[in-house]
Amino acid sequence: MEMLNIKINGKDYTVEKNTTILEACHQFGIKIPTLCYLKDINEIGACRMCLCEVKGARSLVAACVYPIDREGTEIFTNTPQIRENRKTTLELLLSNHDKKCLSCPRSDNCELQQLCLEYGVDETKFAGAETHYEEDHSTLHLVRNNNKCILCRRCVAACKEQFVGVIGANNRGFDTEIGCAFNKKLGDVSCVSCGQCTVVCPTGALVENDNTAEVFKALADPTKHVVVHTAPSIRATLGECFGMPIGTLVTGKMVTALRMLGFDKVFDTNFGADLTIMEEGTEFIQRVKEGGTLPMITSCSPGWVKFCEHYYPDLLPHLSTCKSPQQMQGAMIKSYYAEKAGIDPHDIVVVSVMPCVAKKFEITRDDQGRDGMQDNDISITTRELAKMIKTAGIQFTALEDSDFDPVMAIGSGAGTIFGATGGVMEAALRTVADVLTGEDLKQIDYNEVRGTDGIKEATYEVAGMNVKVAVASGLKNAAVILDKIRAGEADYQFVEIMCCPGGCVNGGGQPIQPGHVRNFVDLKALRAKALYQDDLGLPYRKSHDNPEIKAIYEEYLGEPGSHKAHELLHTSYVARKKNFV
Amino acid sequence: MLKKISSLPFQGTPEQEAQLKEVIAKHKDDPGAVMPVLQEAQDIYGYLPLEVQQMIAEGLNVPVDEVYGVATFYSQFALSPKGKYNISVCLGTACYVKGSGDVLNRLSSELGIEAEECTMDGKFSLTACRCIGACGLAPVMTVNDDVYGRLVADDVPSILAKYKEA
Repeated sequence: MEMLNIKINGKDYTVEKNTTILEACHQFGIKIPTLCYLKDINEIGACRMCLCEVKGARSLVAACVYPIDREGTEIFTNTPQIRENRKTTLELLLSNHDKKCLSCPRSDNCELQQLCLEYGVDETKFAGAETHYEEDHSTLHLVRNNNKCILCRRCVAACKEQFVGVIGANNRGFDTEIGCAFNKKLGDVSCVSCGQCTVVCPTGALVENDNTAEVFKALADPTKHVVVHTAPSIRATLGECFGMPIGTLVTGKMVTALRMLGFDKVFDTNFGADLTIMEEGTEFIQRVKEGGTLPMITSCSPGWVKFCEHYYPDLLPHLSTCKSPQQMQGAMIKSYYAEKAGIDPHDIVVVSVMPCVAKKFEITRDDQGRDGMQDNDISITTRELAKMIKTAGIQFTALEDSDFDPVMAIGSGAGTIFGATGGVMEAALRTVADVLTGEDLKQIDYNEVRGTDGIKEATYEVAGMNVKVAVASGLKNAAVILDKIRAGEADYQFVEIMCCPGGCVNGGGQPIQPGHVRNFVDLKALRAKALYQDDLGLPYRKSHDNPEIKAIYEEYLGEPGSHKAHELLHTSYVARKKNFV
Repeated sequence: MLKKISSLPFQGTPEQEAQLKEVIAKHKDDPGAVMPVLQEAQDIYGYLPLEVQQMIAEGLNVPVDEVYGVATFYSQFALSPKGKYNISVCLGTACYVKGSGDVLNRLSSELGIEAEECTMDGKFSLTACRCIGACGLAPVMTVNDDVYGRLVADDVPSILAKYKEA
């Protein structure tokens, strides 16, 4: 490793050769402003916010893509010329921006707004032609408002990274617009609704479809019994919205806040995750024993399911028929819980809090729900829940802890780790191994499928049988596995696929961290760590040990995979068109 | 300038499709294959409708928006077909100050199409172009290879009549 002696703002430093100026400055505690840069996926030097001076260079250089390759390089990051340049760049961006910060959902969490504050811009400096775009409300999961778009292309890169690529920069010059080919709306193309574009957007050009008003309305309706359930990963991320460190577990505070918001019951979707394992594990064993389609692929992630339907419809028979934990939980609330509590399910409003915007689409699928009722009525993201808590004036960080409500209060550690890539696989293996051996196995950590690698493979010996598994997160990585399966070159029995890179902890509905955090911190790993810690500390770590799960099978469902379970907890899929739908 | 997307139905033939597939196969493994394939596709079809761009995206295994992004970036690519007779009106400085804007407007109203569009019968298309180097004849328009100079808007009907009958 070659090291170079350099100067930044007159001070001496040593860096590894070919480190970019941006990375070097980060190492030495200097934040260079960026708007377009996203480590590894959008390194295009386009926005010109990161301009720095390199002594001897003809002009200012883009710090994000400029490798330091000479001994004695002298860099300046904060001269009057640089500040003036960056300020002008911002003022030019604002000249064609709607500047409606007061009503913008990203106000207070907008990278453009923050930089404008730091650089003291004059938003009226360049009054000129302005483009006016119609907002795109054609999907259930997000809203595109190009009047706030700064053409950084982060969303384009994120979409392409997901192997979906339905948005891009179209036209040229002042007419350049981010959108779909042939001016189609997002609802008319094969968008999988993962929402990764919404977490990378630096402004309010891409935001989740906000359903909080519907939740507040239901809560205010005395005729409705409003029940909420929260996905495994929310407890590891919600705290970020209130300034807590990334990876802080806030389960107890979250439950307290939900009660204070007025929900009649607060359930844990980890229960639904455990139920998923019971059904999916049973389905897997059946497929192996009865010669069903293998490898079986998990179906918890609605973005992944939609991706498969659009891009790999020939592989749909590989998908587990199990509904996702969200849907299983909803179905159980409107059947088992409704009966137990003596409430007409039509009077129950089920709200799910999810790390995901694709869940907003999933709840409306016509292969879900029954008797004209959706399993879940409203699905909101971690971000929307945080917004509700703030609107209600609840001082989140000061809250006491409290526990979920029975009869869906208990989730096992297996349920908790659903939120991280590899978690569903590990949870399933914990149960499948016990069922096949008939023992209560003590070795239940499957470390090979943990971690944030995009693709993980392992072979486990389970009751004398070799089970080869693969775990992929991020659709680019999923495509590698799927191509192998399609070509008949895969010898896996069981595959877990999560739509978002890193799994639900990095879902499209999770708190938005700005570029200068995302680029230098491993969000996925920090958030996942909290879930694995939670798993270790829980009294039950296997889904089939969960006493509430045992009770629901004894009292209501019968055996896993029973007729009743199929009616309530399983679903089907549909082949969809690619590109234009 | 924003490109007009044709609303005319796609009328590609199996022969054209076979030609396009050959072009795609030829360039499939080249880096940056989208540009040359779009150029050759436009030679085959005369323009680049959705169906053609979709075939290119599938064939080269790139997102369709990547193809569309390139097609809308470069002025050489057309999203609307050219008619049997393509009328180009020069909007360069000399022609424009001599009133070529009026000529273009008259053509537009006579043909019932905007610039960068094609008539339903496929006979005429209308293009607004930049200086063609015949400023001495301003204002100038061309119909395929025929050049018409020193025009006034009222010349338009008689010129069109010649081609309507042809």
